[in-house]
Amino acid sequence: MKKILHNLLNGKKRAGRSHDGVIHPFRVIVGKEMSDHMHSWRFIIMVAIIALTCFGSLYTSLTNFGNAVKPNDPEGSFFFLKLFTLSDGTLPSFMVFIGFLGPLLGISLGFDAINTEHNRGTLSRVMAQPIHRDYLLNAKFVAALSVIGILFFALGFLVVGLGLVIIGIPPTAGEFLRIIAFLLVSIFYVAFWLNLSILFSVLFRQAATSALASIAVWLFFTVFYSMIVNLIAKAMVPPETASIQHVLGYQRFILNLLRVAPSNLFSDAGTTLLMPAVRSLGPLSMEQVQGAIPSPLSLGQSLMIVWPQLTGLIAATTVCFGLSYFSFMRREIRSR
Amino acid sequence: MKPNVIELIGLTKRYGSFTAVDHLDLTIRKGEVFGLLGPNGAGKSTTILMILGLTEPTEGRVEVCGVNSTTHPIDVKRKVGYLPEDVGFYDDLSGLENLMYIAQLNSIPPQTATEKAIRLLERVGLQNEADKKTGKYSRGMRQRLGLAEVLVKSPEIIILDEPTSGIDPAGVKEFMELIRQLSREEGITVLFSSHHLHQVQQICDRVGLFVKGNLIAEGEIHQLSQKLFSGDYLTVKVKTEAEQPSLQEDFQKLQGVHAVSLKEGMYWIECTEDVTATIAETAVKSGAGLKYLQKTEYGLDDIYNRYFS
Repeated sequence: MKKILHNLLNGKKRAGRSHDGVIHPFRVIVGKEMSDHMHSWRFIIMVAIIALTCFGSLYTSLTNFGNAVKPNDPEGSFFFLKLFTLSDGTLPSFMVFIGFLGPLLGISLGFDAINTEHNRGTLSRVMAQPIHRDYLLNAKFVAALSVIGILFFALGFLVVGLGLVIIGIPPTAGEFLRIIAFLLVSIFYVAFWLNLSILFSVLFRQAATSALASIAVWLFFTVFYSMIVNLIAKAMVPPETASIQHVLGYQRFILNLLRVAPSNLFSDAGTTLLMPAVRSLGPLSMEQVQGAIPSPLSLGQSLMIVWPQLTGLIAATTVCFGLSYFSFMRREIRSR
Repeated sequence: MKPNVIELIGLTKRYGSFTAVDHLDLTIRKGEVFGLLGPNGAGKSTTILMILGLTEPTEGRVEVCGVNSTTHPIDVKRKVGYLPEDVGFYDDLSGLENLMYIAQLNSIPPQTATEKAIRLLERVGLQNEADKKTGKYSRGMRQRLGLAEVLVKSPEIIILDEPTSGIDPAGVKEFMELIRQLSREEGITVLFSSHHLHQVQQICDRVGLFVKGNLIAEGEIHQLSQKLFSGDYLTVKVKTEAEQPSLQEDFQKLQGVHAVSLKEGMYWIECTEDVTATIAETAVKSGAGLKYLQKTEYGLDDIYNRYFS
């Protein structure tokens, strides 16, 4: 009885490490997965590629910095943010790079999460331990996401720091918050691809199949999807005599079609957050623009604009996670 | 009577129209070494997975120490150590690290886990390979590491699924010796699945014969042969020093003897009951001189040939 009371009293402290030094099994798995990621070659290669491209884009944006800052620019007070969006056309900007390479990073961290464990014969061994089955799935997700989060924040702050040293003007609090918001959105974006590849790793027995399937989805959305939407758009072009309502409806429809692609959601969100002058992601009528003051939006307003995009990304992530959960929880776990 | 630790009640598993395990009833008592013997594909592994709650039975239930495995797998897995058929390790971690990982998944604090892991590695004879990456381990070493891993959680029951497949005979002998020691010294209940009857014969207290999802017989090995061959004749082979034509008739006249034949210079006497003593007496009395007498008992080999092939 005394022991039970003691346990109850100490129950509050049990988050993570308890008084007797027991580490919660979930934390043990997360720790192991994180160290696995950091030691793996593919992660090192991906980090090298992303870091290189980021510094490349930082270099181009810095060399063009002088031309970009114009007097009377409504974004004039936000020129620190240009570090992330500016490009002279030779190298894409930081934001575009993250949008392009982020998915690859997510896929590379998740495509072999479950199937490799199975093929190595470690899955049945781990599942025979007294842990909940979803710990493994959750821990893999949390570990990969933490690694990505740390990486993105490190890169983002490195860019900020270097920019600070080179241009010599510190970012304002608003700019800093916008950068943080942008980094968070990028992490959500990569989380979606991570979850998609984890889903494929649960569904497909071979790591190669799941990697190919994830990359196929990624290619489809980055390359082919916009082409298909263009085709549909061409076929549906309203006649010149159409009413404004009709044209507007058509524009909205095409935009919504484009927004099915997660990459589009990300670039919408990123643009709005990093370019405070962007005040709408859809068509604006003359009446709406009339009387608008040509000044940048506040962070709160920008966040309001990207809220649907953000929700969409989180929803897509949750759907993938739910599906992998559903298929993993009741499956039979045989050795190899 | 020792308490039951594993109880299978009407356990059934179907995959589509295929029945892997068919209404299995089985009890395993505390401290015994139970052998599940059967050819490949008999449903041994499926049964083991159901005991651990790694797959759901279509019908029936499993109780391990009174806990239902399907609804409360965590409680069961706390008590049961399981060594899968083809055990795999994280190849880029050392044997010790692999062991530590599993220990910590069992909520053993790191300090205790290290001490325990080192002690167990010594016990299975891997103390010199503790810091070697498991990717470089041989098959036999992996199997021994697997046994250490099973023991790290101090289980009440250990389940070994074909633990000796792919190990050389010397390794098998060592491995079996370890299992027997464990069961004897620490009172651990062992469930041992194999298609290798001699290994089962060596260490198991009781055996269950598994064919096509059915348990066709269960019991101690000598009981088993009695049970399975009860309708058959016992054969006694007799060889005498001198030829004596009347001997065959004498044997024939004995009570309980069914038929006598002369093959390879020996009398093959088929009896309905054990009359070996009277046969020997008859042979000696006849003056032919008894040179050789053998009663053939049915071993697992005969059982195996009869049911599995």
